[in-house]
Amino acid sequence: MFRSLTLALLVSSAVAAGVAYAQGPIAGEGAIQSRQAIMKSYGAAAKVGGGMAKGEIPYNPAVGMLVLATLNAGANSVGHFFPEDSQTGGDTEAAPKIWQDMQGFNEKIDELQGATEMALASQPADLDTFKAAFGDVAQNCKSCHEDYRIEKN
Amino acid sequence: MAKKLLAAAALIAVAAGALFWLLTAPRSISTAALPQHQPDLENGEAMFQLGGCANCHAVPKAEGDERLKLAGGLELATDFGTFRVPNISPDEATGIGGWSDADFVGAMQRGVSPDGAHYYPAFPYASYARMRAEDVLDLKAYLDTLPAVSNEVAGHDLAFPYNLRRGLGLWKRLYLSDAPVVSLTADAERLLRGRYLVEGAGHCGECHTPRGTLGAMREDAWLAGAPNPEGKGRIPNITPHADGVESWSEADLVYFFESGFTPEFDSVGGSMVAVQEELARLEKSDLEAIAAYLKAVPPRPSAGR
Repeated sequence: MFRSLTLALLVSSAVAAGVAYAQGPIAGEGAIQSRQAIMKSYGAAAKVGGGMAKGEIPYNPAVGMLVLATLNAGANSVGHFFPEDSQTGGDTEAAPKIWQDMQGFNEKIDELQGATEMALASQPADLDTFKAAFGDVAQNCKSCHEDYRIEKN
Repeated sequence: MAKKLLAAAALIAVAAGALFWLLTAPRSISTAALPQHQPDLENGEAMFQLGGCANCHAVPKAEGDERLKLAGGLELATDFGTFRVPNISPDEATGIGGWSDADFVGAMQRGVSPDGAHYYPAFPYASYARMRAEDVLDLKAYLDTLPAVSNEVAGHDLAFPYNLRRGLGLWKRLYLSDAPVVSLTADAERLLRGRYLVEGAGHCGECHTPRGTLGAMREDAWLAGAPNPEGKGRIPNITPHADGVESWSEADLVYFFESGFTPEFDSVGGSMVAVQEELARLEKSDLEAIAAYLKAVPPRPSAGR
């Protein structure tokens, strides 16, 4: 019983993946929307994480894991949403340098992924462990935004 | 009659030329005019950090001790042409190693080179003019302790008429002043300190204030944001206006200087990253003073968007 359920789940997710693939990779405005949604989830997660780090929100390990898992999920997906045809439009703040230096940009994303995986692995039970883990991830924000984002303010 | 007219015209031309020459004369500073001062290296280092000297004069992205090698060479592309950032390491031949105190103060506060030529205001002396001479002397003493690097930097490539340095004398008559930009109604010590740091050594207005046609900071739009001189995007409005930091508390500003995160936990980006990392090293009381001042300046909408 359990086995057939697992199998059914596997098959259905494979079908879902196949459908997504058949539609082709997300392009243009869709890519811009997707990466902006990821960055919004980053902002929301960082606000909670930062609030706990600053002591404005009481620390809770489950919430800590939620924050780090969100950052990890974003780090693993955001890199897929910068196709060539998404350089302009939709109020994008992505800098042209991303496409001029895709290798350097991908290295930044790799660093972010590494940092979020380390942070998740530390399974912070207390605030100090969380602060260290969150702080290591947060450093990556500005190191990427320094070169690859344009402020629109 | 025609001869007389010609003579009069020639006389007028000569007089106008002489007047121009007189009005545009670089005004250096004499050693006698400097205050008696025992240099304070720690304060000099704080001025170095606040001014972010390394951000232009060291190699871009340099870290650690490499940031203390101020060999220059960075090219700044502007509407006026290409400026090249000079070597300000204490190298005698290619840097500022041989400079006297008066040479240094004259450069920083009057925009005049030791040999008596005008500097272009890409070097933000229009802000440094508001510093106390003592702080400038402390900065010089600190710079003198940094490594000498031999690096000959080529001159600027500017279009006519901007390549005529003498004309800058007129620009200075119009725009060079040691008077504060913002008059404060409350003269609390912290606000005055904040104004001094922002308008002087911090030279925040050089990027955050839009410029007029002659390239001077527009005081009627002080700190109200400006186009990014490095290309696309904008430098943020940092006045307490809805377009700026109205919703930020002073504590939010201090937290941003320390961590690089906005109240919404967006991160600092672009060339402000290096500036913020230098700010993070200052005394907290100075960061609080800067925050207090930014919340006290006239709120202004972002111009020309």
